[in-house]
Amino acid sequence: MNLLIRNGRLLDPAAGVDGMLDLMIAEGRIARTGQRLEAPADIRVVDATGKVVCSGFIDIHTHLREPGHEYKETIASGTRAAAAGGFTAVCCMANTFPVNDNRAVTDYILARARVEGVVRVHPIGAVTRNLEGTQLAELAEQAEAGCVAFSDDGRCVTNAELYRRAMEYTLPFGTPIISHAEDPDLSHGAAMNEGIVSTELGIHGQPAAAEDVMVARDIVLAELTQAHVHIAHVSTAGAVRMIREAKARGIRVTAEVTPHHLLLTDEAVRGWDPNTKMAPPLRGKRDVEALLEALADGTIDCIATDHAPHALSEKEDEFAEAANGVVGLETAVSVLLDRLVRPGIIDLGTLVARLSSAPARLLNLPGGSLAPGAVADVTILDLGQPWTVDPARFRSRARNTPFAAWAGIGGPWMTIVGGVPITV
Amino acid sequence: MAWKRKDLLSMQDLEAAEITDVLDTAESMKEIASREIKKVPTLRGKTVVNLFYEASTRTRTSFEIAGKWLSADVINFSASGSSAEKGESLLDTAKNIEAMRPDVVVVRHKASGAAALLARHLRCAVVNAGDGAHEHPTQALLDLLTIREKKGHLEGLNVAIVGDVTHSRVARSNIYGMRKMGITVTVAGPPTLIPAACQELGVKVSHRLEEAIAHADVIMMLRLQHERMLSGFIPSIREYSRVWGLTLARLEHCRPDVLIMHPGPVNRGVELSPEVADSRYSVILDQVTNGVAIRMGVLFLLAGGKAA
Repeated sequence: MNLLIRNGRLLDPAAGVDGMLDLMIAEGRIARTGQRLEAPADIRVVDATGKVVCSGFIDIHTHLREPGHEYKETIASGTRAAAAGGFTAVCCMANTFPVNDNRAVTDYILARARVEGVVRVHPIGAVTRNLEGTQLAELAEQAEAGCVAFSDDGRCVTNAELYRRAMEYTLPFGTPIISHAEDPDLSHGAAMNEGIVSTELGIHGQPAAAEDVMVARDIVLAELTQAHVHIAHVSTAGAVRMIREAKARGIRVTAEVTPHHLLLTDEAVRGWDPNTKMAPPLRGKRDVEALLEALADGTIDCIATDHAPHALSEKEDEFAEAANGVVGLETAVSVLLDRLVRPGIIDLGTLVARLSSAPARLLNLPGGSLAPGAVADVTILDLGQPWTVDPARFRSRARNTPFAAWAGIGGPWMTIVGGVPITV
Repeated sequence: MAWKRKDLLSMQDLEAAEITDVLDTAESMKEIASREIKKVPTLRGKTVVNLFYEASTRTRTSFEIAGKWLSADVINFSASGSSAEKGESLLDTAKNIEAMRPDVVVVRHKASGAAALLARHLRCAVVNAGDGAHEHPTQALLDLLTIREKKGHLEGLNVAIVGDVTHSRVARSNIYGMRKMGITVTVAGPPTLIPAACQELGVKVSHRLEEAIAHADVIMMLRLQHERMLSGFIPSIREYSRVWGLTLARLEHCRPDVLIMHPGPVNRGVELSPEVADSRYSVILDQVTNGVAIRMGVLFLLAGGKAA
């Protein structure tokens, strides 16, 4: 299918492009960009007047829950949620049932995605068998099958020797190791951040140190092995400081941050809403300030949603018993545009880069560029579009968002995958 | 003032005038306990369900007596031997109980926020009888009533709360309630048992028992759970008792009119020496007596009975 996107503002920060340019797509790839491109007879034209045309957004941290937990989410519903939220590709974590720790599961996910998926799906394989942290998964075969990275996300690989071997073993594949940095002893029994709010609520809290000690370890191991270690969902000022220092020393460490950790603090837990419970937990004001600064200066490379769907029954329990995690695919772009870009905390180009070119570069994924020849994955934004978050209208099967009833302006307008506008 | 709340969930919610209202109401209830026939028809036809997911003798009995003296029908529901053991969620159990049309549900649960969860979903009144390490408001109210009785006033007093503050809902409810009533609160214990950012609650923090109790009008000793030793908060009960146990010798340096309080059950020989527990300073049994009066007052205010 051929497509001409006209009259939009083309924004490709990685290539230094920001201007009123048309974009021509042919055979699923970017054909060319230019002013007032002529429309060939057989082409579909999209009028993007007043819109911002970006390379497709990529979420490198999604839980699609299939196979095994289809009551929470499926590849069909999760990828529709992604498309609705402006994402053209998602990387799905390995904590399915069975765990994606072998080629058969990777093949299954990719096969389902080809049939049911509406955006690109890139599986992330488990580092250890059954996420047990004791024996390496068959990493080479999984990389061959299409895993773009490895992670035991949801759990921390506490055995430093095993983790070191995983980093070394995967070096030839060019697949980063993604760390869920959380010391399970320091976070044992905790349901939120440790601080004045946990003290007032009488909820056992985990200190920021639970994340910091593991980030420190992972940086040391990355230096030892020369591997690319990516820190998932950074939430603390301490982790930011260490990552910044490590990058300055040339260590191959990168990092992501979630929208909820950028926009909420542990103050949000005061209403006992289990949709404010996730791992890592919402932190303090100073942590949020450090995360915003790190996102702006590039210490944090990209934004990822950690989209973690759960059934209502798993989220309406007592706070300490409720499942960890929140959904994010359908709210991320909107809440970030309204709460960070509109007030001028982060400029639009930076946000777009952190959602598109940066994640593509980190995991060596197709997309993330509007240069001729690139895959035609495009996200078009409407910066003037008012919205209100209504979980009942989510394409995701889950409703567990901390942003319910938030209202704002600016959001995804069209999601194009391989040159095809996705309708969900 | 007129009571307006549907539920009693926390001392943090209450205003000083509301606290005074409950204390005054409870005080008027105490007279009933002195009668030969301890029963008034105030809550006749009202149903109170005690929904207790944690073991409790004192609090559950106290609510039960309070309800019965007011002529309410009191039903005890404990988690063992019930649908909770078969895996029914707290919310489902509560909704099922509500379908039987009680007027008040009194809930105790190990999870912080459990009472608030029920209050949000149930139309009837909910009383928090202890939720995790969060709050135990009727305990704080009975403590305030006891102090007011003994000292004649609350404003300007110094109270030391000693022991495992981190895990104590009694400490939290008392800190919130006492601060609102103009009491200066000092909390004391080993640093491992003082919660993060505790000073931000508006209390002084001390790590020396002698310092904390030197000028106290009231010393409130908290119960130490044995499992704190196993989870590494303290090295041993023995050492805790030597460093933090209240003995007659330590009381010699305190005010001669100091009151010793304890929410019970007391670990004799751990946080309190037996001599202190039975001494003239101790008002521990007055607390229990006042507990019934406070719960009568609370049930009266929430269930909307007519004056006794």
